[in-house]
Amino acid sequence: MTTASASTPLLELHGISKSFGSVQALSEVDFEARAGEVMALVGDNGAGKSTLIKCVAGTHSPDSGQVIFDGNEVHIHGPKDAAKLGIEVVYQDLALCDNLDVVQNMYLGREAHDVLHRLKEPVMEAKTAETMKSLAVTTIRSIRQPVATLSGGQRQSVAVARAVMWNSRLVILDEPTAALGVAQTQQVLELVERLAHQGLAVVLISHNLHDIFAVADRITVLRLGRSIAVYERDKTTQQEVVQAITAGVPTKVSGIPSTDPEPEPA
Amino acid sequence: MSTDATAASPEMEPQSLFGRALDNIRGGTLGSWPVLIGLTLIVIFFSFKADNFLSPGNFSNIITQMAGVTLLAYGVVFVLLIGEIDLSISYISGIAGVIVAKLTVPDGNEVAGIVAILLAVAVCALIGAFQGSFVAFIGVPAFVVTLAGYQIWQGVIQKSIEAEGVIVIQDKTINNSANYFFSERAGWIIAAVVLGIYVASLVSTFVSHRRHGVAVRDPGLIVAKAVAVIVVAIVVVVISNRDRGVPFVLLLMIASLLVLTFVAKRTTFGRHVYAVGGNAEAARRAGINVARVRIIVFMISGVMSGLGGIVLAGRLNSVDLNAGGGTLLIDAIAAAVIGGTSLFGGRGEVRDALFGALVIATIANGLNTLNLTQGVIFITTGGILLFAVTLDTILRRRQRAAGR
Repeated sequence: MTTASASTPLLELHGISKSFGSVQALSEVDFEARAGEVMALVGDNGAGKSTLIKCVAGTHSPDSGQVIFDGNEVHIHGPKDAAKLGIEVVYQDLALCDNLDVVQNMYLGREAHDVLHRLKEPVMEAKTAETMKSLAVTTIRSIRQPVATLSGGQRQSVAVARAVMWNSRLVILDEPTAALGVAQTQQVLELVERLAHQGLAVVLISHNLHDIFAVADRITVLRLGRSIAVYERDKTTQQEVVQAITAGVPTKVSGIPSTDPEPEPA
Repeated sequence: MSTDATAASPEMEPQSLFGRALDNIRGGTLGSWPVLIGLTLIVIFFSFKADNFLSPGNFSNIITQMAGVTLLAYGVVFVLLIGEIDLSISYISGIAGVIVAKLTVPDGNEVAGIVAILLAVAVCALIGAFQGSFVAFIGVPAFVVTLAGYQIWQGVIQKSIEAEGVIVIQDKTINNSANYFFSERAGWIIAAVVLGIYVASLVSTFVSHRRHGVAVRDPGLIVAKAVAVIVVAIVVVVISNRDRGVPFVLLLMIASLLVLTFVAKRTTFGRHVYAVGGNAEAARRAGINVARVRIIVFMISGVMSGLGGIVLAGRLNSVDLNAGGGTLLIDAIAAAVIGGTSLFGGRGEVRDALFGALVIATIANGLNTLNLTQGVIFITTGGILLFAVTLDTILRRRQRAAGR
């Protein structure tokens, strides 16, 4: 599964640049994500990770560069465009409503309703239960309990489950484990792996290299608004990645992503 | 973390009633229990203290006295649900009173009562949309926008009837809106229809859940509630019929309650109201048009103020320079809050307003029958309000602490 679909990337970014006034947030960034694979996106604070993601999610539009999704060039002008393509972003601060229950949060803004805008509560509940089961999210006692009563890991699971319920093909996770304890981090990482196994393309943004080496297949390093290296997890070390994040890759010709570790100085 | 211990229990296990109640408290909701218990205690207290308190006539008095405030408070619940406040409701209701009074003055140009009512309510809806736009589009705090409205609409009322000072309402429809009582038989028919709608909606919920293979939580509790509602309805009709009959305002309060509860709990719009109140940023990211929700909520507040204002004007058979003044604003907001609607947004039910208004009206009525002065009533109501808000704040803190 993983090897079969790994031939053509689902999402390709070519030469994406974005500036805010005089600040060049991204310059000529290349990036890709493949179905069935977890691509990690790492970089120091201010490296441009969030800006890059917002360009894909439709919150920002890039000044120049190409976004290719499923082989076609696309222009994403808002979150709705992204959702239509099957791109879902799980934000760092979760974006859940504490006062609503799990089902209500899963369907937030996309409630199932009839012509009179009456809610189809049983339909939503059944589908939510099914999604939770398919993702093996088993720690939530009742999908009718308010999200306020859930632990951090459970809340993150709900946010991730919401992203995948809508036939999404690319899920972007922004620091999903930042606020979690050890056991809960493990829960979420297992969920991330399961998404990739189900054939989704997953982009994982994280500061935690331990997490990244646990689940990512490949790792893209951003530094000062440029994509400076792409590593395969099995062929690199945490030390090498840390070096790239903090000091860059001295002899690397910047901006060329690659599946093989050839561009690395041997 | 302690939450992980509970999280380890088996998947989707049907929780006990007690477990769900515990979850609700941890999640920051107590439901209507505190206000219902409080109301029971108040009724018991006054029935021992005051001789005429537990009489059919006094029951009718309480219902007609609370009607205007209750209608306003329904609107307040919606505004509080999105985490805003509307201080202009009392004078918006005054505007509605002035409009119906002026339009029905029998000077040859008068319009039918029902037309006047519809026009007045429409104007109030527009006022709500106008004020809501400042909040939704520009981001001016609702507190300030509606405080300005409070002054502006008060000024408009005084300006528009400064010549007359007081306008007597002679239109029957408008006066009947507050003072009409149904015949004995009509009372029973109305009760049967309202209960029929209520039971039918419960049954349809059961049926559609079964059709989709989703379990209905606590069917026993739902049946118990339904039985309680039916018993209360029958008792109310019996008591009312021993006095002047079922008051029209009672029907208006119950019908508004059913319609607004349907909107809040069963429609996408209602769901979006709760979402905006819970986390406006999350709602926006989920694609909900937050500005639209806010404006419609302020329009609902305007419409309910308008209806309340018409009932209040009809009760006095007149409007004067004080229309919309007095304790109306405070009572309406206090009713929603005492009933259990959170000031922090996202938590509350339309019925809270009814229960809260019942508490306020019962206290005022009971203290009056004891021949106590207005001062005692203010102090008592204020104390209860303080208690309700404190409870809300503690629950809110528990909710924050529950998650992590």
